[in-house]
Amino acid sequence: MNTIPLTHILFVSTALFFIGMYGLFTRRNIITMLMSIELILNSVNINFIAFNKYLHPANLDGVFFTIFIIAIAAAEAAVAIAIIINLYRNHKSIDIEDAAEMKY
Amino acid sequence: MNYSIIALIPLLPLATFILLGLFGRKYFQTSGGIIATVALLASAIISLYVTYHYFFIDGKVNGTYRHITALNYTWLEFSPGISIDMGILIDPISMMMIVVVTFISLMVHIFSLGYMKGEDRFSTYFAFLSLFTFSMLGLVLSTNIFQLYIFWELVGLSSFLLIGYYFYKPSAVAASKKAFIVTRFADLGFLIGILMLGFHAQTLDISTLIQNLTNHQSPQFIGITTASFLGVSLLTWGLSLVFIGGAGKSAMFPLHIWLPDAMEGPTPVSALIHAATMVVAGVYLIARLFPVYALSAPQVLEIIMSVGAVSALIAAIIACTQTDIKRVLAYSTMSQIGYMMLALGVSKYGGEDGLGYIGSMFHLFTHAFFKSLLFLGAGAVIHFIHSNEMKDMGGLRKLMPLTHITFLIACLAIAGIPPFAGFFSKEEILLAAFRANKFIYGIALFTAGLTSFYMFRLYFSIFWNKPSTENKTGHHGEGTWSMKIPLVVLAVCSLLAGLVPFANYITSDGAVLNATNNIMFSIVPVAVSLGGILLSAYLYKKENDKPVRAAALFGTFYKAAHKKFYIDEMYLFVTQRILFNLIARPAAWVDKNIVDGFMNLTATTTGKVSESIKAMQSGRLQSYAIYFFGGVIAMAALFIYWWK
Repeated sequence: MNTIPLTHILFVSTALFFIGMYGLFTRRNIITMLMSIELILNSVNINFIAFNKYLHPANLDGVFFTIFIIAIAAAEAAVAIAIIINLYRNHKSIDIEDAAEMKY
Repeated sequence: MNYSIIALIPLLPLATFILLGLFGRKYFQTSGGIIATVALLASAIISLYVTYHYFFIDGKVNGTYRHITALNYTWLEFSPGISIDMGILIDPISMMMIVVVTFISLMVHIFSLGYMKGEDRFSTYFAFLSLFTFSMLGLVLSTNIFQLYIFWELVGLSSFLLIGYYFYKPSAVAASKKAFIVTRFADLGFLIGILMLGFHAQTLDISTLIQNLTNHQSPQFIGITTASFLGVSLLTWGLSLVFIGGAGKSAMFPLHIWLPDAMEGPTPVSALIHAATMVVAGVYLIARLFPVYALSAPQVLEIIMSVGAVSALIAAIIACTQTDIKRVLAYSTMSQIGYMMLALGVSKYGGEDGLGYIGSMFHLFTHAFFKSLLFLGAGAVIHFIHSNEMKDMGGLRKLMPLTHITFLIACLAIAGIPPFAGFFSKEEILLAAFRANKFIYGIALFTAGLTSFYMFRLYFSIFWNKPSTENKTGHHGEGTWSMKIPLVVLAVCSLLAGLVPFANYITSDGAVLNATNNIMFSIVPVAVSLGGILLSAYLYKKENDKPVRAAALFGTFYKAAHKKFYIDEMYLFVTQRILFNLIARPAAWVDKNIVDGFMNLTATTTGKVSESIKAMQSGRLQSYAIYFFGGVIAMAALFIYWWK
């Protein structure tokens, strides 16, 4: 079987990371920003799996980490959405530009 | 006998002070005076009892009164041997002083019940009086020279509070500040003196200090006499500096300027603090350390003698020209304390040579009675007339018969007419001066003449001079019972206090001495005093222009004396023209422009920088994220490429 080289997979995860980063910096909608954060997290997951598979196939540490991260991401999403709902109640908007009171 | 009961004597007034000071205005506005007086009565009874016990039952061992340390509690230890203790020292002079302080204070408390009735801050006044009594008792009972210093400052504070009691009067405020600053300035000398003596004697305990510094073979004595500064040994320096502290408190020339102004306080306060007790603290201090002065540094005693003589003379001259009755009494106090200092100065240690010491303590004792009586009498007169000026008075002898009689007794006592109290103590001082130094004796004798002259000038101006005036309709009488009782009691004391065989109890070395009064010697001083009385009777008994002509006879000298020899003006010149211009203003400039300038520079720089970068804190989450991400990238680059 022709194996896919590690670098290819790392390329995918890096691309995913920077797409997420770009989304985080440019999107005004907070929910979209949250989605971008999920992208970043998943790029990390891909890295873990890839390194686990290619470098230490005998161990399962990377897989465990990934499962943890998925669980934490779920919790984080719940918290983030709760924050967003509160923000919406106060500002009648989920635009990040409208929530800029905490300044000098 | 267990002497620790003495602790109650100062603690009762302290308890009164705390009670009245904290709750007086709310709960004891009218009863505060009674509470303070009762507490002090208890103190006075205890102190009389203890003193009786000490002098007549168990104080004497082999004909010498011993020093007893009744209580000693180490409060703050600097190093083994050098510690600040709080304790109670019992010896003849401290016993005498607690009786004087509690007794005079009790009389003043009773007098104040009537005098201060209806005052706005009645209970506060008694709280302050209690604070003063507590501090003065603590001072005289000190075992440790630093304890003495602490209480020394406390009496200064309570004096400040009581002079400024009428704080709405600018003159009272100025007077209280003046008293505080002048005595504080002198206390600086005292503190340095204590540190010098304590450092070299390797102790702060008074008894040990005296032992170490009077034993000429002890390493401490050799150490302090060989160490010198500007060619004078540190022992002389230390003792002189301690004397400066004493001179400040006791209003000796040239640090006396605060005392006449201190008369701005209520008159009973003047009687207690600025006549009978606090101002003699300086004399007490010198007497406390007298063995060191007499045995190790007689040259300092000569300074004390000269300062005492100059103060006594100058104050007596000024007193002859003043018209405010309280100021006359203030200068008379200064003059009498000068006498006491002079007596200490001419004294030597031990036996018959210590006559000056005995005389000084004796005069302190009798002076307390007749001077407080004079002040309380003056207080009664001021209460009646509502003025301090002699010209508003005259012919009061029919209106205030009791005050008249008691005042006359006090005047005779201070003038030294036998058999009144002042005669005996003054004779001893004059005799000691005569034996030691004829010139000083001459000054003392002349001062005695002046004393009787100005006292009777005061007496005649108040009670004679004008024809006896009719009682103004509706005017209150002489005062309440509480103002009369102290006058009578003190008058009796002024009559009898001189009959105490003082040398049997208090001598410079504690050994009992049977001094005999030399009748022949007394003739000259009594004659001089009588001459002073007759002269003032000639000038002031009837209203006439003789005093004016007499004053004109002295011309400029009279004017200078009337202006208190311009000493206040000299102080003002030195402080305002020289100190303020040459030191204070440049110092203020440095402070404002350099110290503050540096601080302002830091502050404005910080302000400007923050102003310019505050836009970074925009509140926009995404820009923060960019900064963060940029930072991480930069760090990563740093670690990867430059941090090899």
